Amino acid sequence: MSSFGSLGDPAATFVLTGVRVIDPWNDEDAVRDIAVVEGQLVDPAKAPSDAPRLDARGLVVGPGLCDLHVHLREPGMERAETVESGARAAAHGGFTTVCAMPNTDPPLDEPARVAMVLERARNRACRVRVIAAATRAREGERITEIGELARMGIAGVSDDGSVVASARVARGLLAYLAPLGLPLIEHAEDPALSAGSVMRAGPTATRLGLAGWPASAELSIVDRDIALAEETGGWVHFTHLSTAGGLDAIRRAKERGIRVTCDVTPHHLALTDAWVAGWRGFAWEEPTGVAADPFGAPLDATLAYDPACRVNPPLAPRAEALALLAGVADGTIDSIATDHAPHPLERKRVEFGAAAPGMIGLETALSLGLAAVEVGGLELVRLLGALSTRPAELIGEVRTLQPGSLADLVVFDPVARWRVEASGLASASSNTPLLGVELPGVVRMTVAGGRITYRDGLAAVD
Amino acid sequence: MLDVANGDTTRHRPIAGGVVVSRPDPDVPPATAWPHRHLLDVDQLTRGEMEACLDLAVEMRERRLRRETLDLLRGEVVGLAFCEPSTRTRVSFELAAEALGAQVVELPIDVSSVTKGESLVDTLRTLERTGVTTVILRHSMSGAPYLAARSVPVRIVNAGDGSHAHPTQALLDALTLCDALGSLEGRKIAIVGDIGHSRVARSNIHALTALGASVCLAGPPAWVRGFEAWPGVTVADRLQDALAGADAVMTLRIQLEREAGGGVPSLREYTARWGLDAERLAVAQTGAPVLHPGPTNEGVEITADLAASERSLIGAQVVNGVAMRMAVLALLTQ
Repeated sequence: MSSFGSLGDPAATFVLTGVRVIDPWNDEDAVRDIAVVEGQLVDPAKAPSDAPRLDARGLVVGPGLCDLHVHLREPGMERAETVESGARAAAHGGFTTVCAMPNTDPPLDEPARVAMVLERARNRACRVRVIAAATRAREGERITEIGELARMGIAGVSDDGSVVASARVARGLLAYLAPLGLPLIEHAEDPALSAGSVMRAGPTATRLGLAGWPASAELSIVDRDIALAEETGGWVHFTHLSTAGGLDAIRRAKERGIRVTCDVTPHHLALTDAWVAGWRGFAWEEPTGVAADPFGAPLDATLAYDPACRVNPPLAPRAEALALLAGVADGTIDSIATDHAPHPLERKRVEFGAAAPGMIGLETALSLGLAAVEVGGLELVRLLGALSTRPAELIGEVRTLQPGSLADLVVFDPVARWRVEASGLASASSNTPLLGVELPGVVRMTVAGGRITYRDGLAAVD
Repeated sequence: MLDVANGDTTRHRPIAGGVVVSRPDPDVPPATAWPHRHLLDVDQLTRGEMEACLDLAVEMRERRLRRETLDLLRGEVVGLAFCEPSTRTRVSFELAAEALGAQVVELPIDVSSVTKGESLVDTLRTLERTGVTTVILRHSMSGAPYLAARSVPVRIVNAGDGSHAHPTQALLDALTLCDALGSLEGRKIAIVGDIGHSRVARSNIHALTALGASVCLAGPPAWVRGFEAWPGVTVADRLQDALAGADAVMTLRIQLEREAGGGVPSLREYTARWGLDAERLAVAQTGAPVLHPGPTNEGVEITADLAASERSLIGAQVVNGVAMRMAVLALLTQ
């Protein structure tokens, strides 16, 4: 039986026994007990004897996951998701902090609107931070009142959904943000190069007769913003990176000490453009069928052109997905962020090219990462660093499992498998091509700010 | 009996009355059932199945010429759902379905239903409930027939989807080429024009290469980019290289509005570099025929003289269009 809690609940007290502790903060990987008393991590030897003891042998505990990129759809698109349903989806996925993007209706481009979302986010199943719009009405012209927004605790600014198209405006934003210590979170897509495109350019797009988004659409903005960050001293964070070329540019910029960070989505790591043609295998699996022979293999009529695979930026070719995974493994990519993008059925049960771009990701992110870990594509400690420690650091939060800290953690079974079903998701939407797919990794408990926000089993012993 | 399952490579065998042309006894299953419920693209067909289509189309053509009454589709309600303007394909399907005894209804579905917010799936579901058994679907978006086929319990025949596929056009082109060349095995077929936006080109590449031909493409770089990776396909930098030694040449309709998209600087320059005329065809095989899916922009992609010459198979394509659509409908409803 699973149940949800909230940040308004009483602080928790329990001891996890025999759990594998993975803490990227100090590279700990050890089997020990974890004690939480009144919401604080304490030395297990000092836990009260009547604290419930939970048998966690075979399970892993890591720091609570932190998602730099989600769409909670409130205000304006509450049928797709609300702050409440999104926070539950987050807790179900092991997240304790999510950063809500501002491309709502109306957009979060002024303090009152940000305050409204923060108010709705109180005492939910997950901490919700807000990323404010970078420009008013997200029109790319006048920048928002970032100083006042910064005092409200925003995590950064972004016109996500669109790039800040004007280089002059982007330059002004980076200069204005520099002393505030906040990033411009950039959706790197040159609209002139991507106009009309619905998937990534390449053999699969050629076969399917779908207009292709060239990789240069991302790289041209990455290169531009790196130059602007270097010149202004501002911090640019590229979100949902999807090209090997963009990754290389970021790697070189980091080597030169430029203030640049980035994240990648789980679906850009695990899925490939062949999914649009109906293939269903992970990037690290040996391609077969239409993935191996994009022109000649027959299309699977039940899966080809699945609108659930329409996402922006589009899914990458296999070689680039593997390059991105290597980028997470070597730390060039700071974070895995979901770009959780819920849509109601009527926006997805349409022609591929007419479908709203985006897929949900909060409840499958950890599992996709664990699938990569299973095949040796990533160390577990690195996965949790990218899902938790590092993104939390980027938004000024600390994540560690050392005694003396606030308990903020996720307990999961890394080998148990579950089948993704719409009925099993806490999100108000179910737009993911992973429906029906079996994934490793079941979250047993999520603790945010010392409160149990999600729990599945983990009964007390004795 | 149709031998659709084997990969017999001797193409275009004359049919000696072996094809089932009346509704089979429902108690006796056909020896070789057609395994496909829909026709979404030719890529779903084996070479043997394509050849079965060609053979049956030849027979349909002859029977139509003899004005025989056929009732293979009696009881079927064929809906023409053309969400994009089309005259010849729609008329061709309509004639084919009527010639086989089907009831044909023109479905009130058009671009405006999209703007009204009525989704393709909802529209087709409504039509299915009114008794339509087969939908001939023309749609401006690639992949729309796949959505239709998995959402609505009717047969779907793709009559052209976006830039993706136009399977009956490819089959009728293959029939036209086989009539002219005898066989496609080892033949070089040139296709000229806006390949990238062409559903006709894509389906033809599948069909022609499956039937043993090689395909050489020519056109402005933006319109042929990416096709060089397609097995059996080469991309020529110059028109002359594509035409050299070609056994047949197919040129495609230029969408006049594409000029603005950056593919070519002007229609004049397109015609100057890729327009087809008799003089340029001199490097092709002697008498190599010319095809065009129509409607032609005479003087742009092909000269009026060439289009009207004895080398032009444009008229034969239209005749074969009805016969091929009869064959396809007959096979799908078998």
